[in-house]
Amino acid sequence: MSRAAVLEGGARWRAAASRAPGVAYLLAALLVFFALFGPRFASAPNLLNIGIQSSILLLLALPMTLIIMAEGLDLSMGAVLGLAGIVLASALVAGYGLPAALGAALAVGLVFGVANGLLVTRVGLPPFAATLGTLGAAQGGALVATGGQSVVGIGPSLPALYASSWLGIPFSIWVAVAAYGAFHVLLYHTRFGACVFAIGGNRDALALAGVRVHAYHAAIYALGGLMAGFAALLLTGRMNAGHPTAAIGMEFDAIAAVIVGGTRFERGYGGLPGTVLGVLAVGVLKNGLNVLAVPSSLQVASIGLLLIAALLVDSIRGRS
Amino acid sequence: MTAPAAWPLRMPSIGYRLLGVAALCLALALATDAFLTLPNLLNVMRQASLTFLIASGLTLVIVTAGLDLSIGANLGLSACFAAAVIQASGSVLLGAAVGLASGIVIGVMNGVMVTWLGLPPFIATFGMLWMVYGVNYWYMAGTTIYDFPQGFRNLGSGDALGVPVPVYLMAASMLVGGLFTRYTTWGHDIYAIGANREAARLSGIPIRSRLMLVYTLSGAMAGLSGIVYLARLNSAEAGMGDPLLLPAIAAVLIGGTSLFGGIGTLSGTFVGALILTLTLNGMNLLTIDTNWQPLVMGVIVLLAAWLDASTRRRAEARA
Repeated sequence: MSRAAVLEGGARWRAAASRAPGVAYLLAALLVFFALFGPRFASAPNLLNIGIQSSILLLLALPMTLIIMAEGLDLSMGAVLGLAGIVLASALVAGYGLPAALGAALAVGLVFGVANGLLVTRVGLPPFAATLGTLGAAQGGALVATGGQSVVGIGPSLPALYASSWLGIPFSIWVAVAAYGAFHVLLYHTRFGACVFAIGGNRDALALAGVRVHAYHAAIYALGGLMAGFAALLLTGRMNAGHPTAAIGMEFDAIAAVIVGGTRFERGYGGLPGTVLGVLAVGVLKNGLNVLAVPSSLQVASIGLLLIAALLVDSIRGRS
Repeated sequence: MTAPAAWPLRMPSIGYRLLGVAALCLALALATDAFLTLPNLLNVMRQASLTFLIASGLTLVIVTAGLDLSIGANLGLSACFAAAVIQASGSVLLGAAVGLASGIVIGVMNGVMVTWLGLPPFIATFGMLWMVYGVNYWYMAGTTIYDFPQGFRNLGSGDALGVPVPVYLMAASMLVGGLFTRYTTWGHDIYAIGANREAARLSGIPIRSRLMLVYTLSGAMAGLSGIVYLARLNSAEAGMGDPLLLPAIAAVLIGGTSLFGGIGTLSGTFVGALILTLTLNGMNLLTIDTNWQPLVMGVIVLLAAWLDASTRRRAEARA
């Protein structure tokens, strides 16, 4: 296969776009279904609500897309998000300003992301085992630091920011849009992005071409940690507190959204537009079933079903 | 008896790990008087045996370079089904049969997804984890089923000849599993598939049917473990299997089974379960805050994976 062609910006974009339709049809079908059968589903407040609920997930799913494209995995994201949230909340409680608190949360995320990257690239651990280990470390760190208790009394600055809106669009949706824009430029218009595709495609060829593969590969994980730290801003704002177990399992939602969006563990396959649709599909499904008063346990089951259905549709399309 | 010729595969060295067990025991014996008592040691054996039972099927799956993330949820559903049937019918045998069948059905579904539908094991069993989890929470609807006949409870919490019953179950499944992997062609096929799938296919190994077998076994062991856990806890609720997935994976990795496939043993997994249980038991005896447990477990997983990666690199350097 010609890697040079894949590295071409336009070709990459077309490849991503040609993969998007599967999940786009799925999303459209879900929207039509819930609009027909769910009372109050297709109202502006509810649709905005889906956007707000999906924004944190998107912040994790964007870097997770890059990680999965590079044939990796990050199981530690939810735990790191939880720990960063504790640090953010504790810094606010201690009287530091919001910028300093956010800086501390980002630093925590970055430390774990870099650790994941080094464990995978330098130490040579399988991503599953490496990030499972750091999951334990981050979750344990958050539990030990708080004794399992919530960190409350974070003051008015963050909740006020979270509750603010501009042009009628809530703050968290703006954050999600900005994050998407940044990742889009990063993946499709920079050297780093080209390397992400190539690491998943053929990392030996990339190394032979003289690219410092390890550095780029580790940077993908570092970015994942950084975004988990950043997502603490929205999580803490939403909950008005820091809780050590609040984000447990969120990495699984992110992985599901990325896979539903068409990104695969192999050959640098996938793209960010699909991930947005995947995140929205998960969000719409949860919200719609909620509106239909389906028990939350079956909502969870339906996401597992959505995941497998998306893969099946994909493998059937691939065969024909 | 020497192993057949088809057993040249590199196995994890049990020696270092047994040394680790000995060091842990020594440290705990010195640190606390409560450790070297018969009840505590039997308790450690009981807990390690239970962890081994969940992790045993997973070991074979990982040897094929696969993964089964659904075992925790599977265990929970099997236990809840068994509990409901025992309460409704009064028949322990019928309940156990239903629980085991539920585990096997989930294992077969995993196998179908991985082999015939060609889905990646991580995602297929991950989707299954959520489906089973959701179905179980919906089925139980927040209720707990408890209080079972004493005869049934002995399966998990009883003793025979002074030894906990789960230890016999562990020994039996390790013996059968060990003979299977070591002395049968099918057992060797599993290692060959994990070591080099393409080579295995070219040498005529029926990959799909072997993988089906492995995922079915994993489901069956999860179902069996569900029944034993139910007997041990004397109660069933939807979330009972959820915390058991990560320790099972950790036990397999600590036991030297490689996520890259082709390398691993059931006895290694038991030693892994023992190391994990001793660590957690020691932390309990030393009254260390349970909040430290995820952190310690994470560090142990990283150490085990590092050991695996570094021995693999040394072997490749020699080759």
